[in-house]
Amino acid sequence: MNIIVVGLSHKTAGVEVREKVAFSPTQMEKPLNALVALPDITEAVIVSTCNRVEIYATTRDVAGGMARLKRFLADYHNYPLETLEKHLYSYHGEEATRHVFRVASSLDSMVVGEPQILGQIKTSYGYAAEFKSSGIILNRFLHKAFSVAKRVRTETKIASSAVSVAFAAVELAKKIFGELSDKTVLLIGAGEMCELAAKHFINVGVRGVMVTNRTYERAEKLAEEFDAKPVHFEALMEHLPKADIILSSTGAPHFIIHEKDMEEVLRRRKLKPMFFIDIAVPRDIDPKVNDVENCYLYTVDDLNGVVATNLEQRKVEAAKAEAIVEQEIGQFFKWLSSLDVTPTIVALRSHFDEIRKAELAKTLSNWKDLPPGADKKMDALTNAIMNKLLHHPTSLLKRTDQGSRNDLYVDALRHLFDLETPEQQESMMELED
Amino acid sequence: MNALLFNSTLVIYAVVTAVYLIYLLKPKESLGKAALWLTLAGFLVHCGFTLNRFLEAGHTPITNLHESLSFFSLSVVGIFLLLERRYKISILGSFMMPVALLIMIISASFSTVIPPLNPALKSKWLAVHTIMAFLGYAAFAISFGVSIMYLIQSHFLKTRRLGSMFQKLPSLDILDDISYRCLTFGFPLLTFAIISGAIWAETAWGTYWSWDPKETWSLITWFIYAALLHGRLTTGWRGRKAAMLSIFGFVIMLFTFLGVNLLLPGLHSYK
Repeated sequence: MNIIVVGLSHKTAGVEVREKVAFSPTQMEKPLNALVALPDITEAVIVSTCNRVEIYATTRDVAGGMARLKRFLADYHNYPLETLEKHLYSYHGEEATRHVFRVASSLDSMVVGEPQILGQIKTSYGYAAEFKSSGIILNRFLHKAFSVAKRVRTETKIASSAVSVAFAAVELAKKIFGELSDKTVLLIGAGEMCELAAKHFINVGVRGVMVTNRTYERAEKLAEEFDAKPVHFEALMEHLPKADIILSSTGAPHFIIHEKDMEEVLRRRKLKPMFFIDIAVPRDIDPKVNDVENCYLYTVDDLNGVVATNLEQRKVEAAKAEAIVEQEIGQFFKWLSSLDVTPTIVALRSHFDEIRKAELAKTLSNWKDLPPGADKKMDALTNAIMNKLLHHPTSLLKRTDQGSRNDLYVDALRHLFDLETPEQQESMMELED
Repeated sequence: MNALLFNSTLVIYAVVTAVYLIYLLKPKESLGKAALWLTLAGFLVHCGFTLNRFLEAGHTPITNLHESLSFFSLSVVGIFLLLERRYKISILGSFMMPVALLIMIISASFSTVIPPLNPALKSKWLAVHTIMAFLGYAAFAISFGVSIMYLIQSHFLKTRRLGSMFQKLPSLDILDDISYRCLTFGFPLLTFAIISGAIWAETAWGTYWSWDPKETWSLITWFIYAALLHGRLTTGWRGRKAAMLSIFGFVIMLFTFLGVNLLLPGLHSYK
C-alpha cells in the first residue's frame, strides 16, 4: 500500500487558482466519499486552507492513483486539468511522508512556524474520520504527523518569536509591562498597521483603548469599531498620562509628542513606564523620547528589525526541525513496511509451524509403544490441519482485487498472533491531544 | 564535620553558579531546573552546617566574619528559593547564586575556628539582632541583583538589542516588583535590627547609641532605603531610578557590614 499526496500551495499557485479548487469545510462529506469511491483509492483525507489544497490518499497503484486524484481535483471544481496540472505537485512514499510531516510542522508554511496549520490539518483529519474516508494507514500516518509537529514545537524554538510587526509590538509590550490586562492603549490617528496592532492588543486583553484623531468624528467612528473611548485631539496631553501603550500614525508633518512634554506626563503617572510605537512616516514622536527615563520608543523600522531577526532565528530552528522530520520518516516507514503481505504470511506460517512442531515433539517423546511409521503420519496429519486452517486467511491476504483491505488484516494478524513487528509500535499508537 | 559541611556547601554553590551561568548563555530549560534542585540541595547542606555550628558553639553562630558571611549567604539563597517558587524565573539564579557563592568564598577566607564568645555578646539579643540584620541584608542583596537585571533589560529595550538574553530576562514590571518587595521585606528588618541593637547596647554597654561606626553607617544605610521607599510611595520613583538607588544602597550596606568591621575600629569590629 502506498501513500500519495497531490495538491497545490502558496508556493506553486496564486490565490486565484487556490480559491478555485478549495473545498468548503461545511461540505466535506461529498468529496471524501467520492474520493474513496474512485478505483485504486482506498483511503483519503482532504486538507483545504487558504494557503493550500491537498489530498492525501492510499493506493495500490501509485501512477494511476495520482492521475485519478489530479483528475478528481479538476473535475470536482470544473477546472480545466491542463491549466491546473502545472500548479500541482504530487509525491509518493517517502517524499509524501516528508511533505506531510513538514506541512504539519509548519515548515512548508508561508510564515514558517506559524501555528495555525497543525490545527487546520487536525480539523481536516476530523472530517475524514467522521465520514470514514480514512482508515488504518492514514489514521496512523496523520497521528504520526501530529506527533512530529508536536516534537518540532517542543524541541525547537521555531514558533517562539513574533514574525509580524503587530505581534512584535505586543511581545515587546509584554517585556515591559508583564501583564497587559491592566494597561491602556492610546491610538493616535488611523491607518491599517496601527489598527492591526490595536486589534492584537485587544486580543491579548488590555484593559481599555482610547482613540483620538484630528477630526473627532473619525475618532468616534474608529472607537465604535474597537469598543474604545474617543478623546479630543486637542486634549492629547491630558490623556497621555493615562495611556501605557501609545500607537501613533497620523499624517502630521511634524512631531506631535515632544521630549519636553514627557517630564510632566511621567510625573503625573508616577514614572510608570510608557511604550510608544510610532508607525507614522514622517514620524509623530520625537526620537529623543526614547532617551527619557522609563519611556521606550519603537518606530516601524525598529519593529521590522525585530521581525527580520526573528525570521533569521526561525531559519536556524527550521534546520533542526527538518532533522526531526527525517528521523520520524524512518520510523513511520518501518511500520508501513510491516503491512506488506508476503512477510506477514511467512511469519504467520512459521509461527503456526513452530507451535505444531513443539507440540508434536512433546507428544512423540512421551509415547512409549509408538508403532513404526506413526511419527511420519502424525507429522503429515498436523501439517494438513495447519494448512487447512491457514488456507482461507492466506488466500484472502493474497487477493489483490479492488476493495480488499489487506493492510487491515495484516495489522490485525500481527497483533492477534503477536508476530514480530518493527519497534516503535507503541509510540505510534499514542494519540496526541 | 563543620569543615565538611561548609566545604560541601561551597562546592555545590560553585557548581550551581556554573550551571546558572551556562544557562545564561544556553537557552535550555532543563539546565535551569537542574540548577534549582542543586541549589535546594546546597541550601539544605548549608542549613545543616549552620545548625551543626549552633550545636557545637552553644550560641547563635553569627559572632565573627566567617559565621556571619555564611549566614548572609544562607539568607540570600533562602530568599532566592522563595522568590523562585513564587515567580518561576530561573534566570534570577544566574544573578543571585554568584553573589551567594562570592559571599561564601569571602567567608571561607576567614578563620573557621569557633572562638570563645565575647562576653559582651552573651545575650538573648544576639540571635534577634543578628538574624534580623542579615535577613535584611539578604533582602537588599536580592533587590540589588534584580535591579542589575532591570538595568540590563532596560538597556536592551532602549538600544533594541533583543537577543536571547533579552528573551530570557523577565519583564521590567516583574523585576521592578521583585525589587520593591525585597525592599519592603528588608527595610522593617533593618529597622528592627537597629532598634534591637540599641536596646541590647543599653544592657551591654550602658548606652542606647554611642555613634560607633557601625551604628552610624547602619543609620546612613537606613536613611538611603527609607528615602528610596518614601520616594517610591509618594512621587513614584520606579524603574531605572529606583534600580540605581537600590544598587547604591547595597554598596553602602556592604560597607556598613564589611568595611566597618575591617577598616574602622569600633565596638562592632568582630573579625
